[in-house]
Amino acid sequence: MKNRLVMQIGLALLVLLGLSGGAHSADKLKAIASFSILGDMVRQVGGDRVEVVTLVPPDSDAHVFDPTPADAKMLAGAEIFFVNGLGFEGWMERLEKSSGFKGKTVAASTGVKPLTMSEEEGHHHGEEAKDEDEHEHEEHAKGEDHDEEEVTDPHAWQDLANGKLYVANIRDGLIAADPEGKAVYEVNAAKYLDAIAKEDEAVRAALAGLPEGRRKIITSHDAFGYFGAAYGLEIIAPEGVSTESEASAQDVAKIIRQIKEEKIPAVFLENVTDHRLLDQIARETGVKIGGTLYSDALSGPDGPAPTYLDMFRHNVGTLTAALSS
Amino acid sequence: MIDAVISPFIEFSFMRRALVGCLALSLGAPPIGVFLMLRRMSLMGDAMSHAILPGAAIGYLLAGLSLFAMSLGGFAAGLAVALAAGLVARSTVLREDASLAAFYLVSLALGVLIVSVRGSNIDLLHVLFGTVLALDDAALILVAGIATISLAVLAVIYRPLVLECFDPQFLRSASNLSSPTHLIFLVLVVLNLVAGFQALGTLMAVGIMLLPAIAARFWAEDISAMVLVAVLIAFAASLSGLLLSYYANVPTGPAIILLAGVFYLLSMLLGVRGGFIYRLVPRKHLEA
Repeated sequence: MKNRLVMQIGLALLVLLGLSGGAHSADKLKAIASFSILGDMVRQVGGDRVEVVTLVPPDSDAHVFDPTPADAKMLAGAEIFFVNGLGFEGWMERLEKSSGFKGKTVAASTGVKPLTMSEEEGHHHGEEAKDEDEHEHEEHAKGEDHDEEEVTDPHAWQDLANGKLYVANIRDGLIAADPEGKAVYEVNAAKYLDAIAKEDEAVRAALAGLPEGRRKIITSHDAFGYFGAAYGLEIIAPEGVSTESEASAQDVAKIIRQIKEEKIPAVFLENVTDHRLLDQIARETGVKIGGTLYSDALSGPDGPAPTYLDMFRHNVGTLTAALSS
Repeated sequence: MIDAVISPFIEFSFMRRALVGCLALSLGAPPIGVFLMLRRMSLMGDAMSHAILPGAAIGYLLAGLSLFAMSLGGFAAGLAVALAAGLVARSTVLREDASLAAFYLVSLALGVLIVSVRGSNIDLLHVLFGTVLALDDAALILVAGIATISLAVLAVIYRPLVLECFDPQFLRSASNLSSPTHLIFLVLVVLNLVAGFQALGTLMAVGIMLLPAIAARFWAEDISAMVLVAVLIAFAASLSGLLLSYYANVPTGPAIILLAGVFYLLSMLLGVRGGFIYRLVPRKHLEA
């Protein structure tokens, strides 16, 4: 009796699995995006023709993601894999190899002018990076007091101009993988690029009103380098460009001094990082906690930043509210 | 020199908080470490520190980075593992170390699984590494409270505990204090690991408990002196670790434990109670 029940349930499940497996893979292009922001972009461009799965879920940290066998299996069955590149997904290459993924990998950041920053100082060198040729680089590497390592900042999507490059790369990648959908992808991408351009103007307009002395902010890890460079804010972060590193007492002391000396108006928490350290800094300096910024991941569908553009609206709203008052 | 030592603490309240937290830890944990070492249970401290993880993870998932939830969860998980190991040791053929190993490995795997299955791996590293630089009032009160309780309780069970270290058979035959003493001692171990976990993280918490205790073994023969030396060494490691992190720009938790390790190495070399160099010097009274 009991055995039969189990059998029946098992059979029913098998049938259900078969059905759902058949239904959702009908004729859609199977795409995987490494993290939620990229996933949203692929969804916007792909529309109904593409089925997008995101590996690192909303509100999670892609720097330290640990893929599961289910992720590998999903990737193996996909036709196209969108990643950010610029060293953002350290786990990506291993996953690609181990999963036996046969499709095409598209780095959405292709064509972006990367910012570099020094690990030690947590300071961006955008200008130097732009016209830094091989020779200069060599010289720098051989420099005497070279205890600060230059690393590439991967958070390029925080500049909407780069967002446009992302969209173009996604569009081209999708067309290459699914030539029949070319017209659809082009229309969707054009529409999306328009929306991004509008948002870019809106961001500039909103931040233009900020007074000169209130353009420095603190965030927990260095995710807003591109944002700052593009929209004229100076961003300081104790944790450096990846969330993996642990802050030293010196890092924290430097930031506290800087907040006091330069009268930095606000610190901002991030959705993907530990807030205890920033709480401590805020307590010590009396600086105001301006709110939570979305940096490396979107919020869930009910949160304040379910899409890439919503993320900008939320972040800019949070920034202006805290900095203009 | 003195100015270099004091000025970071004068200028920054987060340094003062870190120091107070570490000193409180250094009062509570090293004495426990001394008894662990004398009872040949040094590695048990390490096992217990891993056993705490699933409880802390559950607390974290239920209540976020809540100090209370994570501490309570960690305490419950650590205690459960210690008691289960003790129970199995008493009622089956398995020795306590083997059953403890079994339980803590299960517990550790469960902890990692719980944290990752929920999809969000934010802060897992921070949960593991702790944040001595971010101690707030509640965390300080917790750490200091645990240090106070642990010293007071240790004073009460001191005699039977010492007896159990050197002659457990006698204690068992002379009184029925053996089991309760052992039990209370285990609670203290778990409590101190939970306190250390707030400041230094699960991996490092056991370091401040054991390294000073082991180093103290090279300086003192009787237990109360050993406890005193262990506490002093822990103080020194905390202070110098914080200063190292401040001046050399290295992460704080590992700096403190590494310096405790340096103190251990120095003690091993220079210690007057069976230290390396001391034993090289020929001693007359050993000749027959």
